[in-house]
Amino acid sequence: MAMLRAGASALRRVSRVSRVAPSAPALIADEAALLRPAAMQKRGAWSPTAPAYAGGLNVHRDSADNTVDTPFDFSDENYAQIQTILKRYPKNYAASAVIPLLDLAQRQNGGWLPLSAMNKVAKLLGMAPIRVYEVASFYTMFNRDKIGKYNVQVCTTTPCMLRGAYDILDAVKEHLGVEVGGDTADGLFHVMEAECLGACVNAPMVQINDHFYEDLTKKTVKSVLSDLKAGRQPKIGPQIDRNGCEGPQGRTSLKTPAGGPFCRDLAAAKEAQEKAQ
Amino acid sequence: MALRSNFSRIIHSSRGIFAATPTRAFSPLAGTHFRSKAAAATPAAPPKEEETWRVSNYSGSHGGLSDENRVFTNLYRDGDWKLEGALKRGDWHKTKDLVQMGRDWIINEIKASGLRGRGGAGFPSGLKYSFMPNGSPDGRPNYLVVNADESEPGTCKDREIMRSDPHKLVEGCLLVGRAMSARAAYIYVRGEFIDERRALEVAVQEAYAKGLIGKNASGSGYDFDVHVAYGAGAYICGEETAMIESLEGKQGKPRLKPPFPANIGLYGCPTTVTNVETVSVVPTILRRGSDWFASMGRTGNAGTKLFCISGHVNNPCTVEEEMSIPLRELIDRHCGGVRGGWNNLLAIIPGGSSVQLMPRHVCEDVFMDFDSLKAVGSGLGTAAVIVMDKSTDVIAAIARLSYFYKHESCGQCTPCREGTGWLWMLMERMKAGDAKVEEIDMLWEITKQIEGHTICALGDAAAWPVQGVIRHFRPEFERRIAEFQARHEKAEVSA
Repeated sequence: MAMLRAGASALRRVSRVSRVAPSAPALIADEAALLRPAAMQKRGAWSPTAPAYAGGLNVHRDSADNTVDTPFDFSDENYAQIQTILKRYPKNYAASAVIPLLDLAQRQNGGWLPLSAMNKVAKLLGMAPIRVYEVASFYTMFNRDKIGKYNVQVCTTTPCMLRGAYDILDAVKEHLGVEVGGDTADGLFHVMEAECLGACVNAPMVQINDHFYEDLTKKTVKSVLSDLKAGRQPKIGPQIDRNGCEGPQGRTSLKTPAGGPFCRDLAAAKEAQEKAQ
Repeated sequence: MALRSNFSRIIHSSRGIFAATPTRAFSPLAGTHFRSKAAAATPAAPPKEEETWRVSNYSGSHGGLSDENRVFTNLYRDGDWKLEGALKRGDWHKTKDLVQMGRDWIINEIKASGLRGRGGAGFPSGLKYSFMPNGSPDGRPNYLVVNADESEPGTCKDREIMRSDPHKLVEGCLLVGRAMSARAAYIYVRGEFIDERRALEVAVQEAYAKGLIGKNASGSGYDFDVHVAYGAGAYICGEETAMIESLEGKQGKPRLKPPFPANIGLYGCPTTVTNVETVSVVPTILRRGSDWFASMGRTGNAGTKLFCISGHVNNPCTVEEEMSIPLRELIDRHCGGVRGGWNNLLAIIPGGSSVQLMPRHVCEDVFMDFDSLKAVGSGLGTAAVIVMDKSTDVIAAIARLSYFYKHESCGQCTPCREGTGWLWMLMERMKAGDAKVEEIDMLWEITKQIEGHTICALGDAAAWPVQGVIRHFRPEFERRIAEFQARHEKAEVSA
């Protein structure tokens, strides 16, 4: 995936780089034109909703708040947390903890992962820094550039698409006034197009930071965003009158209360199995 | 060779269709040659009475599962999902005795129940567990890895288990772990399921606090640990060896097999990776008996199954049903029917995005089980039913899936890394009709070049949906191409 990303979408490079390093765009834009066959440019086959991922560039570019010298250290609570995480894995395989630790670092740092945090994780786990960079650039949930406080990930994969996910995406873009991959000027929201988030019976849905907001309409997605902007926590889960994965028209099963504990006669079962053999 | 030269054409030629002298480069591929190949992919239709996949050729009846036969009784969170509620529903009941029945008894019961893996491949679970070495002859521990990296488009069943009935999963880990003499289980939850993971972590902590797992688990004398690990957004980590790599703190890139994980898996130790739903049904099977489980569904497709029905239905929901329920009955009984009525149905993807779609006439007469769906060239997969009505742009729907696979390819094998991108580009053009008729055959050929030529099944999974849409909707491709050409010829003439 990582390799694919590096080569495939030249468009994405332009948008990411222009945010990170203001002097770079002209040069990279030329590079993009070279990478993109003329035919494709004309026809625009690359362009429809070219999704921008937090993955962005696979190389690091220094920016004001992201250099190797940017101070980063885990908080005391997180150090305690790290100790519990490390206990899950065999002692000689501390590298197993790299994903949870990067996740902790990202949470502590307001939703994105600076270079210095990756270096810190490498040091803590006794890994070569490149092994940590590899992981951080492979997995899409690690944002290696600064993004808004709320990461709005609109799922547009087929099950959501069938239920109007692109309308939801348009509503989000219109409401926030940014394109996919962009951040609002107040630094509150970042918009992403995400691949299947696994809530297909509650489509269409978005994930904003830790929570899913499901069964959206253009109106309700805007109210979720407005609530977040005003500092209120919107209702998590379905935005219509619906209980989890139960159908919106009501349930068709589990109408009687669940029975209590039950177990057959195990001694007889063992005997029967031995006899059968 | 032909394929390669054609490809350099797609990518580098400026225009094919409107060139004054049409190129002959496609002539070996043109016409019926490939169409006959496409037709050959469909199994030759045997006489009707031998078509055992048809509901109309079957005398028994399945479906309409009664509430007392359900495994997941808290699916809609009527009760408390924590330990107290779980105990009331009968989880952790006599777990000690079940563990003490021993490895062979548990494996034989699972074998007799006919349980097949719920993660997509449908491999018999009892047999899979029996591949694990008994004890640790060379000092290496055995591991159980539970695959909760549920990312297949359309699938959302494991999520419900983790947030509404997590103790079924934790207890299942102990029993399945005993069956494969494992020392510990790692449950690998996909990174996006944050609320679900927290619920599961609470359940694990509760179980530790009560001594249900850990040292002398449930008082059985067996030591067993359960750990919750998580990913960070990579579909490929649902592949078993990629999951092991990811657990070891690396990029999720599948390993070459052999050696199989049952010999050399997590940390070089024998490991078995198995789906959340498979693990979660095991305690109930052991308590109620293998005959109870085997009595449901057609022969070879036993038990109950969580179905997630999404897309154009009136009442999209996740529901537990008997295996081998007819597809039409599943939709009519639980989902309020197709939006606009059954006649408004265009196609259904019956098992998550990786399987081929089926047009309406097949949907009418097919069972929701492994064998029946396989016979019609599709598959049960994860039993994620994606329904598309006649308002759907079916080519766009599959093109979106092609984009998904392009995005999720790990980049390790060339056919998949490059091929998934090609599939997407071509499907995008097919969507607009901006292609040549011969390119439909070329698209088919590309899917065949990807399928079976990669380390893991992601290449196959990317190829199959495209094959399905070509098989069943080729006239739609041709119509769009003709319309596009007519539109542009007119424009040229008027210019």
